[in-house]
Amino acid sequence: MKIESVFLLFLGVFFGLVGTVYWFWSYEDGGTMMLAGTAALGFLPGLYYFFWHKRFHGKKFFFWGTAHGAGDRPSDSDDATIAEGAGVIDSFPNSSIWPFVMGMGAFFTVLGLVFGMWLAFLGVPLIITALTGVTAESRRGGHV
Amino acid sequence: MTDVLDPPLVVDQPHEPDGHGNGHGGGHEAHGPTGILKWLTSTDHKVIGMSYMITSLVMFYLAGIMALFIRLQLTSPHSTLLSFNQYNELFTMHGSLMLYLFAGPFAFGGLANYIVPLQIGAPDMAFPRLNALSYWLYLTGSITMLLGFFVAGGAASFGWVAYAPLSSATSSPGIGGDVWIMALALTGFSAIFTGVNLVATTFYLRAPGMTMFRMPIFTWNMLVTGILILIAFPVLTSALIMLFCDRHFGTHIYTVTGCHLVNGAVTHTCGSPLLWQNLFWFFGHPEVYILALPFFGIVTEVLPVFSRKPVFGYKGMVFATMAIAALSTGVWAHHMFTTGAVLLPFFSFLSLLIAVPTGIKFFNWIGTMWHGQLQFTTAMLFSIGFLFAFLMGGVTGIMLASPPIDFATHDTYFVVAHFHQVLFGTAVFAGFSGLYYWYPKMYGRMLNEKLGKWHFWLMFIGFWVTFMPQYVVGLLGMPRRVASYPSNLGWQSYNIVSTVGAFIIALSFLMLLINFVVSWRNPVPAGNNPWDGHTLEWFTTSPPPHHNYTHLPPIRSERPTWDYNHPDNLTVHHGPAKSPPKEKVPVA
Amino acid sequence: MDSSLTSPSADIEGATSAISAPRARRRPLAVVGVIAASFLLTGCTLPSFGAYHGATTQGRTTFHLWQGFFVAGLVVGGFVLLLILWALIRYRKKSEEIPKQTQYHTLTEVIYTVVPIIIVVILFVFTVLAENKVDALPPTKTVIHVNAFQWGWEFDYPGGVKVIGDLTDAPTMVVPTGDNVRIYLNSLDVLHGFYVPEFNFSRYASPGYTTDFSFNVLHTGTFRGQCTQLCGLYHSLMFFNVKAITPSQYANWLQVQQAKVKADPASVPQLPTGVKNTSGNPDNPTTSGSGAYGD
Repeated sequence: MKIESVFLLFLGVFFGLVGTVYWFWSYEDGGTMMLAGTAALGFLPGLYYFFWHKRFHGKKFFFWGTAHGAGDRPSDSDDATIAEGAGVIDSFPNSSIWPFVMGMGAFFTVLGLVFGMWLAFLGVPLIITALTGVTAESRRGGHV
Repeated sequence: MTDVLDPPLVVDQPHEPDGHGNGHGGGHEAHGPTGILKWLTSTDHKVIGMSYMITSLVMFYLAGIMALFIRLQLTSPHSTLLSFNQYNELFTMHGSLMLYLFAGPFAFGGLANYIVPLQIGAPDMAFPRLNALSYWLYLTGSITMLLGFFVAGGAASFGWVAYAPLSSATSSPGIGGDVWIMALALTGFSAIFTGVNLVATTFYLRAPGMTMFRMPIFTWNMLVTGILILIAFPVLTSALIMLFCDRHFGTHIYTVTGCHLVNGAVTHTCGSPLLWQNLFWFFGHPEVYILALPFFGIVTEVLPVFSRKPVFGYKGMVFATMAIAALSTGVWAHHMFTTGAVLLPFFSFLSLLIAVPTGIKFFNWIGTMWHGQLQFTTAMLFSIGFLFAFLMGGVTGIMLASPPIDFATHDTYFVVAHFHQVLFGTAVFAGFSGLYYWYPKMYGRMLNEKLGKWHFWLMFIGFWVTFMPQYVVGLLGMPRRVASYPSNLGWQSYNIVSTVGAFIIALSFLMLLINFVVSWRNPVPAGNNPWDGHTLEWFTTSPPPHHNYTHLPPIRSERPTWDYNHPDNLTVHHGPAKSPPKEKVPVA
Repeated sequence: MDSSLTSPSADIEGATSAISAPRARRRPLAVVGVIAASFLLTGCTLPSFGAYHGATTQGRTTFHLWQGFFVAGLVVGGFVLLLILWALIRYRKKSEEIPKQTQYHTLTEVIYTVVPIIIVVILFVFTVLAENKVDALPPTKTVIHVNAFQWGWEFDYPGGVKVIGDLTDAPTMVVPTGDNVRIYLNSLDVLHGFYVPEFNFSRYASPGYTTDFSFNVLHTGTFRGQCTQLCGLYHSLMFFNVKAITPSQYANWLQVQQAKVKADPASVPQLPTGVKNTSGNPDNPTTSGSGAYGD
């Protein structure tokens, strides 16, 4: 997880710097807020991955400390063999009607905003149905 | 039905016959729905990717036809082919379709969806149902956008950038504008969900040994694109919501008309048209890099394969891509130089600076070809065409990054020529390069090379004929978005030449359609690896089986398939120096 | 089975290639070329590369900057183009032999990172120098307020003199040569663009804040102008002219116009029916918006 966290933290630091320079140079609100938001977008997941990396590797100070390679996932290890990835990879929901239903619900809802709220009476129930269906499907591991 | 997957087999282990718990990798046929229900319910990234590509190509053709009408109108100074309103609708929709509905979705919804899991050895994207939702939002968003032509008042006619206050309810009262906003709301969420999927997939689903610095550059570019999507699209969505509120709920976020005046002067209770521009371009500039980076990635896949060499400067490419993404988020106001209200040196410097990582990429591409054995297949030709187009487009972009030069050329055909060069160079040239390169993998059959070359040369010639005169006429002072122009300024001859070029391009697209038909009728089987490709997707069958891989080779570099096929020309693996690996591959 | 799959071949490590020497030699040439080109910014013998020479001092400055950028673009772009063409011709497939699998060459990569940075910094310095001249606001008594509207232009001179024109007749802004003309630019409704091609200059007219700029016309003449920011249905037809006359002629003209206004106030042209100042901008402000939101 090291590279991922460095990548995102770099974004956070970069936009923090750029945003600071921009604010003190221009005193312009809109751009500064957007740059600050982007910095936050980098820091939030970046710090999450950083703490995860620390926990798995027992690092003492940021990224330095213990032996490299301890606790690497197979996909982060240079020497990993395919067999190391043995076991369940993940669950991949296959063949589900709910994305389509949700899509149609969103479609009718936004059209309702344009053409008349009666369309939203069609769209919103579709969205709610889809949300319910997707959750149930996940819990049961298959079709509702 | 949810698949709980066992991982693919190691390539050198004995393969047991079916029925011994080898999971779903055996290539057995999918159970479950068939026919149209199968398409409606599929969460397979390959099906979704294919749907995206076909839909976006349809949008491309539609937008291309609109462009032909635009060019026809401009062949004569006071043409009566189209009314002024129709013309304004056409260029608005041409731009909107091309940028929102073709270039982006083809790249990150289509090709990336199909190819990224294959390239990292994953069975699917991280969130398959979210992926499917992305497609349905995109399809419905596209339908919504096209609905604009059928509503009272016609489609949106305020340009693909919808500057306030032209896009306000007083200046653009029709429903067409609202339909446009809603279409972008749908496709915006579609893109955001795809961005989430791309980032999560590359972070979590890489096969063993596929470390970050062994991922193909296309996948790296898609990762960076995914993050850019997450940075940029929410800003657009927020800006659009506020625009909708201005149009319908009486707010004055962007407008000053009719808002409360104190002593005749604007107060802070009034809105600001400048705010729309800031918000839009904070999205808009990363958006053009969201459009460009995937296509850079395609070129970085195609050039090495047809030079028979690895990518030159792999790490440089990765860092250059990150630098481009980071810088592109800081340059938005270079689209606003002529407002007189932005911090010119800040944006000018960052815009000029983007040339540096882009230049690094260019030199790396040249370095890849250097001392290679270049094979000029159609895919390679299109990537080379991209190099020429983007080189000149990039140089004119540097010119535009300088405010005084921008003052003279902003909103003229000089800018139109510039962005068409870069966008056409990436989305069209590099996009078709990817199409010709990966078509055999997706369909298991080859596209006809001869027709492909006709396609390329016609498009290449048409491209230069169309856009070079536009640079000239822009410098002469012809503004953009005009349905007519004065007849006594000598602009007509350039416009005529440009229109001829546009029709040559249209002819080239006919070649592509003919190619699709011909190669379907007389299929030439492709096999797993017709191009001696380097990356992981060329290891599996064409098309790949359900969940992509029954076998995986050992992954020790960024070219696992090449290493497997050319053991005496191994790729130097990346990453810090390693101790000898834990186990050797068993001897057969 | 080939066990070399499990360990990298040592001889591929950091392969140097014969390309490094000639390419490293060409790099300094590019830098020299750009610097030489930039010295030619005086522009006396360079072609115009398609742009107007600029009928104002600011426009002339922009023109010279354009020439410099064009030469830099030619040099850098031409160099890269030659590299590509060379590669395409020289390295065509000649046999099935697998070429040397060079993956990186650190020195070359450093050079083509650092040199473009230097070039960019040089371009930026010249940009700032030109930009300061183009955007300078010297104090002056010659002030004109421009209001853009859908679809025409209003030019307000001191003493209540107005020149208004719309789609059917393009208005002419009369200005003196050799004097710093200060324009305060407003819009009455939507965004418009004040663009005079031969001045190499354009600026947005925005409702909600006033922007100003200055130009100093070099010689007499009539220069066409046009709206350059999409403003609705008749955007293509929003023309105007700038007519530069000698300062004494200008003083005369202004006096005559002001006398007319005094004699017959009803003769002052009005905005076309349906057009009114809805922008919230006060009429004829003497300050421009200092911040992005027109404070």
